[in-house]
Amino acid sequence: MSITEAIMAKFKPEFWATGGGEPGSGRRVLNFRRTWEQAILLMLGVSLVPLLALAHLDFQVTRNHAENEMALRTGRLLNDNMRAVSFFLQERRAALQFVIQTHTLAELADERGLALNLEGLRSSVGGFVDLGLFDGSGRHFRYSGPYSLQDLDYAAESWFQEVVTAGVHISDFYRGFRDDPHLVIALRRDMDDGSFYILRATLSTEWFNAQLAQFKRSGYGEAFLVNRQGIVQTPTMNYGEVLQRVRLPELPSFTEEFRVFPGVDEDGRELIIGYAVIPDAPFILMVIQRKSEVLRSWVQTRLVITAFVAVSIILIILVILGVTTRLVNKLYQADHERIKAMQEAEQVGKLASVGRLAAGVAHEINNPLAIINEKAGLMRDLLVHGNQETRLVRMPVLLDAIREAVERCAVITRRLLGFARHLESRWQEVRIQDVIEEVLAFHGKEAEYRNINLCVDVAPEVPVFVSDRGKLQQIFLNLVSNAFAAIGDGGHIYITGTMKNEAQVLVTVTDDGTGIPAVDLKRIFEPFFSTRTQRGGTGLGLSITYGLVRELGGNIQVESAVGVGTRFFVTLPLNAAKLQDGREENANSVG
Amino acid sequence: MRILLVDDEYELVTTLAERMELRGLEADWATSGDDALARITTTSYDVVVIDIKMPKISGIEVKRRMEKIRPGMKYIFMTGHGSEGDFQEGSTEVGGERYYLLKPVAIESLLEKINEVSGH
Repeated sequence: MSITEAIMAKFKPEFWATGGGEPGSGRRVLNFRRTWEQAILLMLGVSLVPLLALAHLDFQVTRNHAENEMALRTGRLLNDNMRAVSFFLQERRAALQFVIQTHTLAELADERGLALNLEGLRSSVGGFVDLGLFDGSGRHFRYSGPYSLQDLDYAAESWFQEVVTAGVHISDFYRGFRDDPHLVIALRRDMDDGSFYILRATLSTEWFNAQLAQFKRSGYGEAFLVNRQGIVQTPTMNYGEVLQRVRLPELPSFTEEFRVFPGVDEDGRELIIGYAVIPDAPFILMVIQRKSEVLRSWVQTRLVITAFVAVSIILIILVILGVTTRLVNKLYQADHERIKAMQEAEQVGKLASVGRLAAGVAHEINNPLAIINEKAGLMRDLLVHGNQETRLVRMPVLLDAIREAVERCAVITRRLLGFARHLESRWQEVRIQDVIEEVLAFHGKEAEYRNINLCVDVAPEVPVFVSDRGKLQQIFLNLVSNAFAAIGDGGHIYITGTMKNEAQVLVTVTDDGTGIPAVDLKRIFEPFFSTRTQRGGTGLGLSITYGLVRELGGNIQVESAVGVGTRFFVTLPLNAAKLQDGREENANSVG
Repeated sequence: MRILLVDDEYELVTTLAERMELRGLEADWATSGDDALARITTTSYDVVVIDIKMPKISGIEVKRRMEKIRPGMKYIFMTGHGSEGDFQEGSTEVGGERYYLLKPVAIESLLEKINEVSGH
């Protein structure tokens, strides 16, 4: 035996082996296994479905809430940082504008003048690395700063081209001649004579890096700048190198000014991506958050709730299994006890009916015995007192009378023996008329003495069918005994047998006795219900009869009117044997 | 002494009557209650022996009617039925279980009872 089988054997409740029903028996009230299954399913259904539905609903609602919250916060952070970056650039541009409008070219071109302005800008608005002046041909004719870039020719640089045409230029971050990421702001100053010069300032990336690094410290992902082509401008941990393309599977089109939307990174992790276009600059601020990170606290709460729900479900299942199994087992045991009690009562009932028959038989046998006694006595008297002639004439007649009386006794004992033999439960071919007449034969003398009219009318089309003769005998013995008890001297008992339909025989037992009150009528098939308890009734007769009829696959009904009489309807199936076979197979299959 | 035997078994009453005649008693017999009642209207008997279980009119009922028609006769009940009810009813009716006999009866004990009730 494997371990699982051993466990099953240990926990398997008693009722488990009862299997699926016992057709035709009518003894078991319930199919306990099915009852158990139904109770378990029902209880699990009503307890788990609402719990799971609630848990699911809660999951959806809190998740939506958390995601909305996240989108809102992302939007706010994005907006704040975008304003900061935009303001920073505008401020620098405005400062440069101020410089070229408040100084003449001569003042700026003076070597000290440019350095003084650089110093002033650094100490006031800050962020400047160097300043440079360019003439219309792109020659860098004056420079102030840490690098030596003076006199280099910038005519071919794209920023120079653009500032010449547009008057102002804010560049992307680039490495340029100095090979270090930086950006430039360049302004064109037109002279009265039609010529122009250009003031160019270089801004270091420090401020941007510091500003955007703050964001990272907040723990909600990363913020960085890209240009419109998606080239990363400021450092980012996860989304590409500076001046490389941003590492996202799908680059947003940047057609809108401001947008927050879900996306995925290259490893397929879910992201919340937000971007905002910085006005008057070639930059786009991106804020990228990993969903798993921002939802972490929600996920943790979720885990606790899920664990709680799981433990609850396990407990509910265990409790339901335990309680239901216990209850059904109790039911089964009670039913088992009931069946045992019924079987004992049936045995008692059988014995009682045999006892009653035996008493009747003793009486009937006593009469022929008395005749034998007197005839034998007379023969002796004649032998003692009579003459030879009398003896010769009388003896044969007397002996015949004795033999006749013995024959009467034999008939009676044979009848009783036959009846007793059939009391053993056995399926055989039965002619219902024979059974009824056999039962009535036992009541013949009583009927004679009490002047009771017995009438049997079985329709000729009722066939011989297979049934349990012993049970049929008991059924009709009980019904006829009841009828005899109900009627007075000179009453009538009328028994009919007809075909109810193709498959069923209907036998009615009618008496014109006292009748049964309507209140009692509903209960007469219940065990221990008796109106004759004071007179020796056990209250089991009709309940046993009911059980026997059910065992034969039939059913029994009653109608009665007080003072008019009572009629029992016994319906018996012609194919009860088939039901019986099915039952036995079933009994075998469960061991 | 005149005896009337009442029993629905013809063979029994006739044989019993004959045996009583052989013993010097005047014994008449009847096989039904009606028959017996008819007899006592014409004849008086010292003792009437009656079977309790008889068709139509029971032995008890026959005895009651006889009491009315011809009071003062003595009765002995005889039955093949040993039931408690019959025993109670029978022995009360004749004033004691001594006069309630169970079939089959030995003729000696029947004669003894007859002598006893008739006071001879």
